[in-house]
Amino acid sequence: MEGKTSGLAPTGWAIEVQGLTKSFEGRLALNGVDLKVRRGEVLSVFGPNGAGKTTLIKVLATLLKPTAGQVRVAGLDLRESSMEIRRRIGVITHQTFLYDELTAFENLKFYGKMYDVPNLKERIYEVMAKVGLASRIHHQVRTLSRGMQQRLAIARAVLHSPSIMLLDEPETGLDEYAHAMLVEMLSASNGGERTVVMTTHSLERGFEIGDRVAILVEGKIAYEESKLCLDAVTLRERYYRYTGASRRGDS
Amino acid sequence: MKGREIQRSDILLGLSFLLMIAALYLVFIYVPTEATMGVVQRIFYFHVPVAWVAFLAFLVVFVGSILYLGKRESKWDILAYSSAEVGIVFTTLVLITGPLWAKPTWGVWWVWDARLTTTLVLWLIYLAYLMVRSFALEESQGARFAAVVGIVGFIDVPIVALTIVLSRTQHPGPVIFEGGLAASMLLTLLVCLAAFTVLYVLLLQLRISLREAEVEIAKLKQAQSP
Amino acid sequence: MNKALVILWKDALSEFRARELVPSVLVFALLVIVIFHFAFELGAERARSVAPGILWVTFTFAGVLGLNRSFAQEKERGSLAGLVLCPVDSDTIYLGKMLSSLMFMLIVEAIILPIFSILFNLFVFMPELAVIAVLATVGFASVGTLFSALAVNTKTREIMLPILFFPIVSPVIIAAVKATELALAGGSWANLSSWLEIIGTFDIIFLVVASLVFEFVIEE
Repeated sequence: MEGKTSGLAPTGWAIEVQGLTKSFEGRLALNGVDLKVRRGEVLSVFGPNGAGKTTLIKVLATLLKPTAGQVRVAGLDLRESSMEIRRRIGVITHQTFLYDELTAFENLKFYGKMYDVPNLKERIYEVMAKVGLASRIHHQVRTLSRGMQQRLAIARAVLHSPSIMLLDEPETGLDEYAHAMLVEMLSASNGGERTVVMTTHSLERGFEIGDRVAILVEGKIAYEESKLCLDAVTLRERYYRYTGASRRGDS
Repeated sequence: MKGREIQRSDILLGLSFLLMIAALYLVFIYVPTEATMGVVQRIFYFHVPVAWVAFLAFLVVFVGSILYLGKRESKWDILAYSSAEVGIVFTTLVLITGPLWAKPTWGVWWVWDARLTTTLVLWLIYLAYLMVRSFALEESQGARFAAVVGIVGFIDVPIVALTIVLSRTQHPGPVIFEGGLAASMLLTLLVCLAAFTVLYVLLLQLRISLREAEVEIAKLKQAQSP
Repeated sequence: MNKALVILWKDALSEFRARELVPSVLVFALLVIVIFHFAFELGAERARSVAPGILWVTFTFAGVLGLNRSFAQEKERGSLAGLVLCPVDSDTIYLGKMLSSLMFMLIVEAIILPIFSILFNLFVFMPELAVIAVLATVGFASVGTLFSALAVNTKTREIMLPILFFPIVSPVIIAAVKATELALAGGSWANLSSWLEIIGTFDIIFLVVASLVFEFVIEE
C-alpha cells in the first residue's frame, strides 16, 4: 500500500520490516508485521491494548530480538548492527530512563557521554531550552513534576540528534505544554528529515501529526494508508471496523 | 529413522547391562578384600566411577552451554539440560556413597577432604543450574541463563579443587591407598568405570529423547492456542 | 573504558545522593558480627582463631546483600534498559557495573574493618590485609555483577543470587580466610603468596569470562 508523498522520489527506506514475528512463552505478540517507513515520514500506529504496539517499538529500538523476520533500521540490519542503529534512534516510552537522584544536567551529561555527543555542554543547554526546562537544569529529577520529567525524557531522546524517533504512546503523562511542544518538534522534523514512528491511543492526535497511519490488530498490520487519502471520520470508521471495538470502548 | 534410533539405545542398554553384570561380579566376587579397610572398601569401585561420571556430565553441560549460546539451536540446550539432570543424580550418589564409606572406615560421616568437598560444591553448582532454569521468567531466558551458569560453573570447578587441595595439605585428610593398586583392583576399577560411563550415555540418551518430546509438545500447545 | 568510568561516575553519584545502600548494608554487617559474637561466645584466644572466618563471612554476606539491592534498584527504575538503549558494548556496561559494585563493597569493608578491630580487640591495619581485601573483593565483584544481573531477572531473586554466588566464589573465600589468618599471625608476603596467587588468578579468569557472557544475560 503505497502512500502518496510530495512527489519526491524516495531516497531509501528509513525502516523496513518484513514478516516480523515476536513470541513470548506461547504468546504471539507480533505475527508477521510488514511495514515500510520513508525517510522524513511520520507514521502513526493505532491499535487496541495488547495489539503489539509496545512490542513493535521495542523491537525497532533494539530492546527486543525478533523471533523471526527481517528488520532494517536506517538501512542497517537489526541483528547485525544494533549498536550502529542505536546511535541513530531516539526512544520515548512510558519509562523515562532518568535517574531520580541526579540532576537534569547530570542525566543528560551521562547519556550525552554514552552517545558520544560532541560539544556536550552547549548541546545540553540547547535541548533544555527547547523543552522549556532551562530553569530546572540543576534540579534533581525527583523534584520535577511528571510532566517535566516527560519533557526531560524528550530532551534525552533528542540529545544525540537521532534521525529516527520511536515513540510509544507519548501522550500519556505529558502535560499540555509538553504535548504541544512534542507536536511542534515532530512536525518540524519533516523539514529536518527526521523519521518518526509513533504508537498512540489517540486517533485525533495521531491523525493530526502523522503523514501515514497504520492499524495494528493482534500482531498484524490490518490497515495502512496515507493521510492524504483519509479524513478523521473515515479513519475512525476504519479503526472500529478492524478492531471490532464498540463505540464506547477504545478512544 | 525411528527404527534406527530404537536400535541404538537398545545396543546401549544391552552393553550397559552386560558391563554392569561384569562389574558386579568383579566387585563382589573376583576382587580380593582390601587389607586395611575390609569389605566396605568395595564401595570405592562404585564411588570413583560415579564421581568420574559426575564431572564428565558437567563437561558435557559446559560444551552444550557454549554451543547453545553460540548457535542458539534448541538441541544444544537439550543436551546441556539432560546432562545436568543425569549429572546431579550421579553427584548425589557420590555424596551418599562417600559417607557410607567414611563412617565404617574412619568413624566419621563426612570428611572435608578435597575430593568430597569439591563434589559438594559441584552439586551446589548443578543445583544452581537447574534452579535458574525453573525460576527464570521465561523458557528461553531460562535456557540462556542456565547456559551462563554452566559455563561459569565449569570453569570454576578446577579452581575450587585446587584451592581446597592447597588448604587441605595443612590438615592432612585420610590417605586412601598407600601401596598403590594391585592388578586385580585396577581391572575391577576400569570395568566399573566403563560400566558407569556407558550407563551415563544411556541415561543421557533417554533423557534427551524425553526432553525433545517435551519441547515438541510445548511447541504444539503454543501453535494451538491463538 | 571511558564509558565504563562514566557508568561508575553515574552509579557513585546516585548512591551518594540517595544514601540508601551503604548505610543499610553497614547495619547488616554490624548485625552479622554481633550475632557471631553471641553465637560463639568468644573469649580472647578463640576470637583470634575464628576472626578471619567471621570477617570474611561478614564481607561475603554484606557483599551479596549490596549486589542484590543495587541491581534490584536498577530494575525497578528501568535504568538498565536505558543503558541497553545506548550504543555501548555489553562488556563496557559490565565493566562499569563491576567497578561500581567494587567501589561500593570496598567502602563498606573499609568501614567495617575498624569496627571489627575494636569489637574483636585485634589489630587489623596492615597492608597485607588491604591487599587481600582488594583482590578478594575484585573476585566478588566480578562474579557478583554477572550473577546479580542474572538473578534480578528471576522470580526468586533474593535466593537466587546467594545460590549462584557462594559456590562459585568459594575458592576466594577459602583463600582469603587462609591468607588473613597468616597475615594476622604475622606471616610474611612469601607465606601469603600462594593464596594471593589463587585469588589473583580467579580474578583474571572470571573478569574475562564474565565480561564475555554478560551480553547473554542482559539481552532480551
